[in-house]
Amino acid sequence: MRAKELKRLSAGAEERSARAAAGLADLAWANGLLDIAVGSVGSPVGRLTIAVTRRGLVRVAYDDEAVDEVLDRLGRELSPRILESARETEGWRRELEEFFEGRRTRFDLPVDRRLIRGVQRDVLAATRRVPYGRVATYGEIAVRIGRPRAARAVGRALGANPIPIVIPCHRVIGANGKLIGYAGGIDRKVALLSLEGALPTG
Amino acid sequence: MAGPRAAPVKVAPPPFQQFLDAHRVKVYRFLVAAVGSPDADDCFQETFLAALRAYPRLRDGELLDRWILRIASRKALDHHRRVARDPRPVESLPEVSAPGAEPADRALWEAVGELPPRQRVAVVQRYVLDRSYAEIAQAMGGSEQGARANVHQGMKKLRERIG
Repeated sequence: MRAKELKRLSAGAEERSARAAAGLADLAWANGLLDIAVGSVGSPVGRLTIAVTRRGLVRVAYDDEAVDEVLDRLGRELSPRILESARETEGWRRELEEFFEGRRTRFDLPVDRRLIRGVQRDVLAATRRVPYGRVATYGEIAVRIGRPRAARAVGRALGANPIPIVIPCHRVIGANGKLIGYAGGIDRKVALLSLEGALPTG
Repeated sequence: MAGPRAAPVKVAPPPFQQFLDAHRVKVYRFLVAAVGSPDADDCFQETFLAALRAYPRLRDGELLDRWILRIASRKALDHHRRVARDPRPVESLPEVSAPGAEPADRALWEAVGELPPRQRVAVVQRYVLDRSYAEIAQAMGGSEQGARANVHQGMKKLRERIG
């Protein structure tokens, strides 16, 4: 017998390890060993990567961000115990799909705000109160957080929104009704506002 | 009062999904050969759950490969200890790679299945994973000499069995 024949013992490992690995996330979640479950949602504004912790939805990323980089950052900022799991992200995937089908105008599941820091907290809290189908200007948000001269800071805070769509930064627009400044690109802002029937005229 | 100290340089481990993707095939190849097909899935999941448990405290990103094989080796040896303590009926444990395996593979599986666990684990690391004796010693917690002896004795028995 030649030693290299022993390699036959591990035939099929590629496929079988994929299957065993796929079952790992649910087992890990049930055992309290998984901190972040990652899923994927198809949408009219491209494929979304979503990350859910035990507290709730912590991150929504558009597909122009590389998934590896999104996960790297979550790993550094929250926990490296991250696995893909369709099951643990199922609830949020469904709410987002209903939103894109026009059957949902507000999100009910909890959100995890741990990636939102400093002044961004107030800005995004005020933004979350802008209802479906409506818009507010950067200046109006600035007034609502008690910093009427901070429209630019508002813009920066919205640009770094870790949970776009769910925290509807697309509903915040320029003073003259212009659709300026969206981290996901103006096309997406237009698409989201037109889905909500909120495209300002003029 | 102590002044501010320079923080130690830390290399945070990658997101676990990337770690799993990078190592799952190698770990599975090791385990299926080291514990047999029916128990490979259980040992695989035990290995990665143990890794997940320790993962947030892990700091050196470069030693992940050795680290996961050390855990897998421990799980394989634990498995054999459990089976030795509490043997299951033979018919429930057909240690072949798949139903309908080639006769040559059946003979190989039977011969490997008869090796003492430490020899089996060492042989598999050496010839299925192509690990060095130093790496095997590290994974199994022994000396390099001991690893070499386990591999040689194991191979000798396999050759006696199947020529």
